[in-house]
Amino acid sequence: MAFLEIANLQKDFGAVRVVKDFNLAVEPGEFVSFLGPSGCGKTTVLRMVAGFEEPTDGTISIGGRDVTRLRPNQRNIGMVFQAYALFPNMTVAQNIAFGLRVARTPKADSDARVAEMLALIKLPDYGDRYPYQLSGGQQQRVALARALAPRPKLLLLDEPLSALDAKVRVSLREEIRQIQRNLGITTIFVTHDQEEALSMSDRIVVMYGGRAEQVGAPFDIYNKPSTRFVASFVGTLNILRGTVTDPARGVVDVDGNAIQTGGELSRFAKGAPISLALRPEAAALDNGPAPMARGKIMDVSFLGSVIRIRVNLGQNTISFDRFNSPGSPPPAPGEPCGIAFAAKDILVLDD
Amino acid sequence: MKTNRFWSWLFLLLGVAYFVFPLIGTFEFSLKMRRGAYSFDAYRTVLTDPQFQATFGYSVTMALATIVMGVVLVVPPPFLFCTFSSLPSPPPTPPPFPSPPPFRSVIVFGYIRIYTPPSILPLTGTWWGTNLLLLFGYATLALPYMYRSVDTGLRSIDIATLTEAAQSLGAGWITIMTRVILPNVLVAVLSGAFLTFAIVIGEFTMAALLNRPAFGPYLQLIGANRAYEPAALAVIAFGITWLCMGLIQLVSRFSKLPNAGR
Repeated sequence: MAFLEIANLQKDFGAVRVVKDFNLAVEPGEFVSFLGPSGCGKTTVLRMVAGFEEPTDGTISIGGRDVTRLRPNQRNIGMVFQAYALFPNMTVAQNIAFGLRVARTPKADSDARVAEMLALIKLPDYGDRYPYQLSGGQQQRVALARALAPRPKLLLLDEPLSALDAKVRVSLREEIRQIQRNLGITTIFVTHDQEEALSMSDRIVVMYGGRAEQVGAPFDIYNKPSTRFVASFVGTLNILRGTVTDPARGVVDVDGNAIQTGGELSRFAKGAPISLALRPEAAALDNGPAPMARGKIMDVSFLGSVIRIRVNLGQNTISFDRFNSPGSPPPAPGEPCGIAFAAKDILVLDD
Repeated sequence: MKTNRFWSWLFLLLGVAYFVFPLIGTFEFSLKMRRGAYSFDAYRTVLTDPQFQATFGYSVTMALATIVMGVVLVVPPPFLFCTFSSLPSPPPTPPPFPSPPPFRSVIVFGYIRIYTPPSILPLTGTWWGTNLLLLFGYATLALPYMYRSVDTGLRSIDIATLTEAAQSLGAGWITIMTRVILPNVLVAVLSGAFLTFAIVIGEFTMAALLNRPAFGPYLQLIGANRAYEPAALAVIAFGITWLCMGLIQLVSRFSKLPNAGR
């Protein structure tokens, strides 16, 4: 039995169904991310787990106990919000102690727990400050400490990094993940940032149109996307449109190039249109005699450590990255070139 | 630059003079009760007048009751609305209008017609009932001011998210109201309370028509019959007003609340 069980969850807002038959089982101590574009229902699912929205149908159970109809303050859940939501009239220490005071924890215990939490978020001397005296990153760390102080069974993070600037975001996400690992607390993290989801999670739930499109480990989500949406949403993806020329051998024609895919394509008829996908890191320039495809350099962007090259094949373009190397200058736009990639790196998209 | 400064100062001084000279005049006159010498005789007469004490005490009590009623009427609804509708702030609603004096006569006449025995609710028949009616009337008068102040206070914080944060930490409605929402709108509630106090202390029409021993009718009575005491009363009233303003300043400074409530 999983720790958090979400079964057949539905949510309607008026006539619009924003969450459709959502199922998920989260193991104890697991860090699961809900990833998707805005409006995909990820926050709504999280809010139903927290108890702020009532499901139209389905059940949610935490630790084997059905909490579907419980009020938010009875669920023993810690939550961190995008807007920090620290109480502006209380100091940092009072904010962290809020949940403990509500639970009528004796003062000595509560003080000790607050000190422990302040040490955990590496702000031990900030207890007497007010939220407005802290930076955004510090406020969000305090919000995390406040959520963790009453020892919740489940931690919910609702886009906690979205309001922060890029550098703080990266350092804080590592910190959150480390704290989560140390405490072993089951966590659900909502984000629209794929990099956050890929770097932090044990498992990712990619959501689209109120459905869980794919649930899996970051490695699998990225390398073996099961739907076209997942493939295009997670990571950058080159989509190549072509026609099947030899279904048995798995050969596809893309702008006059005979491209060998990783397997046979017997479910396609000869001459049928097909969409292929290629990750940018799977392609490279190949100026040898027999490249996989030929085209013309469209443009070259020098990004420092990485050079991004776009090659025009005709109807299709392929974009890929190459590491910068001082010894070999980047190619010039307009030059003809060859591209190499392995057959196994080509994904055939089923629609 | 220089000319700008000059005109600014000139207008400031004119403005100050416009308000200060009548006040100085009133104060000076209030000290002249004893012929040929300045004295506080007028103040002594007023302050020792048992009727002053009784009416002032009555009006202060009514003002406090009105403030409580105003807070109860105005603070919880937008908070509950935000919580149950999951909107971050209440939608803009037309605020209740400040009521001009004729309206006060109309509302009191309405009260008297509806609540005088033999009515189902014969409120004017009893001492308590009449006080209650006056309280309702005052609450109606003060509502626009209380509403405006509290509305501003509530809009400066994200009620919905703060409420959810408190709920996820296990807090119930009463805790959220008393520990999270009210402290954050305290200054706003106080400024509303101050306005309410000022309105109720000086109110004449309703108290007079309901025949209540309030401070407004007492002021009127003294003003019509005495020479020096009204001036002393006016100065006292100013003193109370300034005290209230000072208190509000003090509270807002000690509450340490920045504008960044969000």
